[in-house]
Amino acid sequence: MVTAISNTSPETVTVTIPVSQPIVNISNLHVYNKKEQILKNINIGIPKNKITVLLGPSGCGKTTLLKCLNRLTDLHSDLKLSGSITIDGDDVLNTRNDITRIRQKMGLLLQRPYPLPMSIYDNIAYGLKLKGITNKKIVSQKVEKHLKEVALWDEVKGRLKSSAQSLSIGQQQRLCLARGLAVEPEIILADEPTSALDPISSRVIEEEFLRLRNDYTIILVTHILRQAKRIADYVIFMYYGEIIEYGEAAEIFDNPHTDILKEYLKVGH
Amino acid sequence: MTIKRKLEENFFRGLSAIFTLLIVFVLLHIIWSIAQKGISALSWQMITQEPKGGFYLGKEGGILNAIAGSFYLAIAATLLAFVISLPVALFMNIYLIKYRRLLLGIRFFLDVLWGVPSIVYGAFGFVILIYLGLRTSLGAGIITVAVMIAPIMIRAMDEVLKTIPIGLQEAAYSLGSTKTETAYKVFFRQALPGFATAVLLAFGRGIGDSASVLFTAGFTDYTPAKLSDPAATLPLSIFFQLGSPVDEVQNRAYASAIILVFIILAISISARFLSGFSKNNQ
Repeated sequence: MVTAISNTSPETVTVTIPVSQPIVNISNLHVYNKKEQILKNINIGIPKNKITVLLGPSGCGKTTLLKCLNRLTDLHSDLKLSGSITIDGDDVLNTRNDITRIRQKMGLLLQRPYPLPMSIYDNIAYGLKLKGITNKKIVSQKVEKHLKEVALWDEVKGRLKSSAQSLSIGQQQRLCLARGLAVEPEIILADEPTSALDPISSRVIEEEFLRLRNDYTIILVTHILRQAKRIADYVIFMYYGEIIEYGEAAEIFDNPHTDILKEYLKVGH
Repeated sequence: MTIKRKLEENFFRGLSAIFTLLIVFVLLHIIWSIAQKGISALSWQMITQEPKGGFYLGKEGGILNAIAGSFYLAIAATLLAFVISLPVALFMNIYLIKYRRLLLGIRFFLDVLWGVPSIVYGAFGFVILIYLGLRTSLGAGIITVAVMIAPIMIRAMDEVLKTIPIGLQEAAYSLGSTKTETAYKVFFRQALPGFATAVLLAFGRGIGDSASVLFTAGFTDYTPAKLSDPAATLPLSIFFQLGSPVDEVQNRAYASAIILVFIILAISISARFLSGFSKNNQ
């Protein structure tokens, strides 16, 4: 048993939920940019091999929280972070740690696909080479394995050498997922990964997540309430940089404690 | 009110059309007058032989020395500038991406360098030559032109790199790439079509410039065989031929101009073609 929330804000409800093996531990995380505080005292453990959904209105800090996890916040000079994030025992925010190795523990899926400017095959092989896998036979086996994992193999097996840009946007997003899986992460970070996709491609990604849940921890940012209801195991509800409620999906959706969440659930229907 | 707006609309549309036509006309007129004067002097001999037969730069023979000199100089300077510019442009867009104010400063600085008249580069190169105790040579010209076109190439590459979405950078990092890997394996490929344009833009500027090579590359009537030889260039051969009192030699200046314009046109068209071609293929 881990106490997931120890926030002091009056709106916040302390929820204790069973997190048997939290793979991600965030404590006292504060993020500021020049003018304001984007994340306020985030304390949370994220359970292993579950889908945890970060839910909340636009601008509430969901994406920032996600990008703190693999320190993509480094790309922005105006962001100042304090607190600690440990992933599998590795301190992410400690700049002395090899961030490239830590980042390989997390696959990333963004709002729209960004295939690397190379062939379909090389998009997957790229990460393998970074991991030091150079044996051609092993590389091509893994490429096939991960393309099958995202149900893309049958669609592309005849044109592995053609440019990744030639794929449809839904296929590109699945390729990006496969590319992330190829570095054998433990966690998949997904930032509204279906927002640029048509309903059918979105459904494919959601089904993929449900299948991958057995082997990976998935942290999904979304503002689509119905998507959260379809696939979430746990929900973190955020509002203005704070975690307002956190708990098992059923509990959050059926029995919201705070007025903000009640309102959000009502409007979102 | 509506009549006033209608008049206004017609007036400004007319004005824009007139100026557009005017500028196209001026361009065509330049090409036409060069062609008119030069076409008689243009011959196969002109582009296959070195100058012969006396008066300063010759009534006979051709300007092969200047064509070759210009190509040697522009190609080598472009290569040298590329070697300098690529790391700088990537450094700005990968390592310095966080430091927005510093980047603004660097861009401003490069834009100023872009705007510095080429004679200043020429004079600068000349001073360095004297300081090092060297004489005018192809090598000195190459270095001067490379320094002159590097800011152009850097800024052109920089503009291409700026358009690469942050998402691609995030994607590359999330796979565990280092900054160097992100720069040379991801950004470089993504920007390649735009880089081709940047390189050819700088090449065009290099081959067409006269003032920067006036004091540094010098002028001769033979094709340079080594870096320490002085080298003739097309813009300077136009300059010297025009200065000749002999009509035939003057006409050859226009023929040289035709050749130079043709080379620059060919470069521009291939730049367009290259960037279009690789965009479609990406």
